Amino acid sequence: MPQKTENSKQLLVTAIKDGTVIDHITAGHALKIIRLLNLADHNKLVTVGLNLPSKAMKFKDLIKVEDLELTPEQINRIAILAPDGTINIIKNYEVVKKFHVTLPDIIEYVVVCPNPKCITNNETMSSKFLTIKSKEEIKLRCHYCEKTFHQTEIKEYKHN
Amino acid sequence: MALNFKGRDIISISELTKPEMLHILKIARELKQKPQPKLLENKVMGSCFFEPSTRTRLSFETAMNRLGGKVVGFADPGVTSAKKGETLYDAIKIIGQYVDVVAMRHPIEGAARRASEATDKPILNGGDGANQHPTQTLLDLFTIQECQKKLEGLEIALVGDLKYGRTTHSLAQALVHFNAKLYFVAPDNLQMPEYICDELKAKKVKFSLHKKIEEVVNKVDILYMTRIQGERFADPMEYERVKNVFILKAKMLDKAKPNLRIMHPLPRVNEITTDVDATKHAYYFEQAENGLYVRQALLGLVLGKL
Repeated sequence: MPQKTENSKQLLVTAIKDGTVIDHITAGHALKIIRLLNLADHNKLVTVGLNLPSKAMKFKDLIKVEDLELTPEQINRIAILAPDGTINIIKNYEVVKKFHVTLPDIIEYVVVCPNPKCITNNETMSSKFLTIKSKEEIKLRCHYCEKTFHQTEIKEYKHN
Repeated sequence: MALNFKGRDIISISELTKPEMLHILKIARELKQKPQPKLLENKVMGSCFFEPSTRTRLSFETAMNRLGGKVVGFADPGVTSAKKGETLYDAIKIIGQYVDVVAMRHPIEGAARRASEATDKPILNGGDGANQHPTQTLLDLFTIQECQKKLEGLEIALVGDLKYGRTTHSLAQALVHFNAKLYFVAPDNLQMPEYICDELKAKKVKFSLHKKIEEVVNKVDILYMTRIQGERFADPMEYERVKNVFILKAKMLDKAKPNLRIMHPLPRVNEITTDVDATKHAYYFEQAENGLYVRQALLGLVLGKL
């Protein structure tokens, strides 16, 4: 029963007083986001839910971070890992702001080009990808080596 | 005219529009007919070849010399500070302070794009790994137009290693603009990559796949040959089996259309036998010569003198 599923989710991931909830993360990507945003070094509570049941996505990941309001720049950086993501800003246990992640047209720095012969893997520099959105999938085109990759081909993400 | 090339980098064929390509070809044609030995007096080209090349480097350097400009540079990265670990970015930033335009080749994909970020001087990409080689594509278009007197509506076969050959990829992509019918002739494991075929389908370009030159040789206007390299085959037996299938011999041309011309980016090894050279169909040496005029046109255009 869907209702029951939602209830059990509440039990699985504890509520936070103030902070950010990143919801509807593509299943399997939450830990990458934690690395990307350096949340392991965040001194406050971080809770993670993996493979939670979801009506729209079947399975999803979820992250709750106490005492941290993600900046738009940080949200942009994680967009490729959570293109359907929703961000909830929590104040005193209430959702005060809620918005959807939008995939930017250009993704800089975050994605490591899977082509070992790409200049971005041979010189100290940022990567840069153009996002190509279609109905069923996201593709990334490297600004430098001009190769196009399915999102599933991206194996590495850079963190600070 | 809205076409302005001054200061522009020529890095990828995909960045050139059809009117821009046609303009470059027109300028190249004019330079072939009427040389301009003083056009680039007092201009200096940096010839930066981080990877060996004969035709591309010499034709860039000759093109600059024939327009009255000067050339500095290197043909082997072993003599540069790249060997000491200097980044490409730093190297090009400094070279850009010395020269007016940079012609470069580099084994790493995306190197020319990176170089263009290091300097405001125009970068002409003479090949970045397996990625792009736009001046080759432009000289191919120039040659097709020259020998067929038109570019629109031709039947063109691309033969050989179509999987790894950047030359054939870029040419197929450029021909999208010219309503060509394409025939891809290659062994199964070296056929045109799916992403190029998808791109052609999306742009409604007609093409078909073939396993033998004989299937297409009598109906095409251009037969564009490329070399099949043994190292592309995991199984040496498989290479032995296909290597003779993709060799063009003069007797195969008996029933070819009179206007058929054979092209090849060169160097050829044995994929076109030397008896083809004497036929009226051979056009690969003229093709190589045309690189000179196309590169002159690009130098004149990006330096704002044409």
